Amino acid sequence: MTVEAPNRPPSKGAGSRISALLWRRPWLRAGALLAPPLGWFIFVYLAALAVLLITAFWQINPFTTAIERIWSFSNFKTLLSNPAYRAIALRTVRMAAAVTITDALLAFPVAYFMAKIAAPRTQKILFGAILLPLWASYIARVYAWQLIFTHDGVLNWSLGKLGLPAINIAYTNWAMWIVFCYIWLPFMIIPIYSALERVPTSLIEASADLGGRGWRTLRRVILPLALPGIAAGSIFTFSLTLGDYITALLVGGAGGKLIGNVVYDSVGVSNNVPFAAAFALFPVVIMAVYLFGARRLGAFEAL
Amino acid sequence: MKSRRHLNRKLGLVAAALALIASACGGSGGSPSSKAAPGGQPPTAGMKPQSSIGKGEGTLNLIAWEGYAQPDWVKPFEQQTGCQVHAKYAGSSDEMVTLMRGGGGGQYDLVSASGDADLRLIYGGDVKPVNVKLIPDWQNFFPQFQAPAFNTISGVHYGVSLQWGPNVLLYNTKDYSHAPTSWSALYDPKNKGQVTVPDNPIQIADAALYLSKTKPSLGIKDPYELDQAQFQAAISLLKQQRPLVRKYWALASQEISMFKNGDASVGAAWPYQTNALKASGVSVADTIPQEGATGWADTWLLATKAPHPNCAYQWMKWVSTPKVQAQQAISFGETPVNSKACPIMDQLAKGSCAQYHANDPSYSSSIAFWKTPLANCGNGKTDCMAYSDWQQAWTTEVTG
Repeated sequence: MTVEAPNRPPSKGAGSRISALLWRRPWLRAGALLAPPLGWFIFVYLAALAVLLITAFWQINPFTTAIERIWSFSNFKTLLSNPAYRAIALRTVRMAAAVTITDALLAFPVAYFMAKIAAPRTQKILFGAILLPLWASYIARVYAWQLIFTHDGVLNWSLGKLGLPAINIAYTNWAMWIVFCYIWLPFMIIPIYSALERVPTSLIEASADLGGRGWRTLRRVILPLALPGIAAGSIFTFSLTLGDYITALLVGGAGGKLIGNVVYDSVGVSNNVPFAAAFALFPVVIMAVYLFGARRLGAFEAL
Repeated sequence: MKSRRHLNRKLGLVAAALALIASACGGSGGSPSSKAAPGGQPPTAGMKPQSSIGKGEGTLNLIAWEGYAQPDWVKPFEQQTGCQVHAKYAGSSDEMVTLMRGGGGGQYDLVSASGDADLRLIYGGDVKPVNVKLIPDWQNFFPQFQAPAFNTISGVHYGVSLQWGPNVLLYNTKDYSHAPTSWSALYDPKNKGQVTVPDNPIQIADAALYLSKTKPSLGIKDPYELDQAQFQAAISLLKQQRPLVRKYWALASQEISMFKNGDASVGAAWPYQTNALKASGVSVADTIPQEGATGWADTWLLATKAPHPNCAYQWMKWVSTPKVQAQQAISFGETPVNSKACPIMDQLAKGSCAQYHANDPSYSSSIAFWKTPLANCGNGKTDCMAYSDWQQAWTTEVTG
């Protein structure tokens, strides 16, 4: 046992001195806590975006494809003036919108059933069933759909057994739409579910007491309260479709290129990184506008 | 296998994203002399190749076409030399060029580039001179493949020729009672939704070759040397073809799967796809139509910053030997450049030497071999469409 003089202050180690400093200066404490995540955010995330922005203004030497750091708008001019790139951008946005709307329509009844009707046990099973596909690789699931759609695949085999004519949707935009809807559906169900779960059942009862029939209650009470959830889910389905290229590569056909494919081809095939960067900025701008709109609908409270 | 390749593509995108950051943060992804233009000497022409093969470095990194690094000849090579082979498969010549330049080069040792990529790599300074004296079998190559214009400039060799072959018309024999004899099968509205062709700008040459026979008034002499009018004619033919195309394939495995599952009945292919489909019991056949065919001639080019040069030379030596030449020819369905491979081919598969014309050097003169389209196409006017125009038209006017 060490004996210490009773009046002597405890010996100050470096640790306790730092701790004292942090106690006296709260802003220092907050800064130290926030520095690692903030550094990560700035250097990895924002810096990458800044680099993307800068690269978009460069060119490549057409013959050797080496990057030439001469500032110009030529990549953007090509993107805006060439009808093919406009068509690809429009196709991508349309696909993202179609997938988002379809997923919202599919997800709402499921989420409503889970949040308001299902018994706790059923609810758990449904949760598991919805999240289970996320355990399997994305590529494996896309390939599975490819096998379903092929001319001699499961879909046409089943139609044949039912006496229906075969449909040839392999390698079409329809196939792409179905696969996107399937792949991103869980990302829509979960936010809608969490929004609906927060709607007090008493509100629905109150609406009924005041004479609101089922449809009216849905339209006037439940839907407005679920809207932030739908908006939150749509951020996922919309942005994920906007940036995808693998589904288009595997199940898309002639005339099925999305922005992601052009970016991929520009980098991986023509080695035109500046052009890829310029086109990649397009989804960034669209998402910025979209997120602004979604925030006004209260999407971020439902996340 | 399939999914692994696509995983590779996914990883490739991650790598590309990193390259994007790297290229902006100083290390330009390009070559030392980006201003080099064709006509002058390639930037690496003055580099002195090594005069002997030293001890192997234990590793060899290849960029290759699917099917070019099969265990049949990779395993014995690894056992003999101790060089562990890592092959990265590329889906197109453009991808090969990009991979060679990724991160400033220095990752890969050799690339099995086709003629349409060779000049870009040579003039881009991505590959360097090779000492063919260190490859004994080079003496046995057919003369036209010892120093062909696509890999040898002013007597300096930038690699060793490997194999060559035609681009064939592949069709399902169930759908075609009479074998098609013309490339018109790929442009016939009757075949709507049944056609598949490679997603590759060099396909424009196939359209040009077809037009050179069917529309002589255009005056197309060489499908890789097209002036504005000839080029536009080829593009508009391809635009007419697009509604017929089910899918532009990026990897040979995609075309194989389409023929297997009945999603395509006619397409442009390599003999490799025919062999693979026949092996899995699909009723297909291929033909070189009456208009002739384009073709590829591949070369193992040595990277300027090859980290394992001794293993690279060992590999060039190994793949040039008659046995490996014959093995690869039969496995892929292509023609060896080594004149001594013919008898071994017949040992491995009866009649294969004649089937692939491995004993008939004159046959190769009927093939329009891939080469990089250049603006300066030798007519003195520099008015030909350059490869970058081909790439752009392919994306924006044909497949986009």
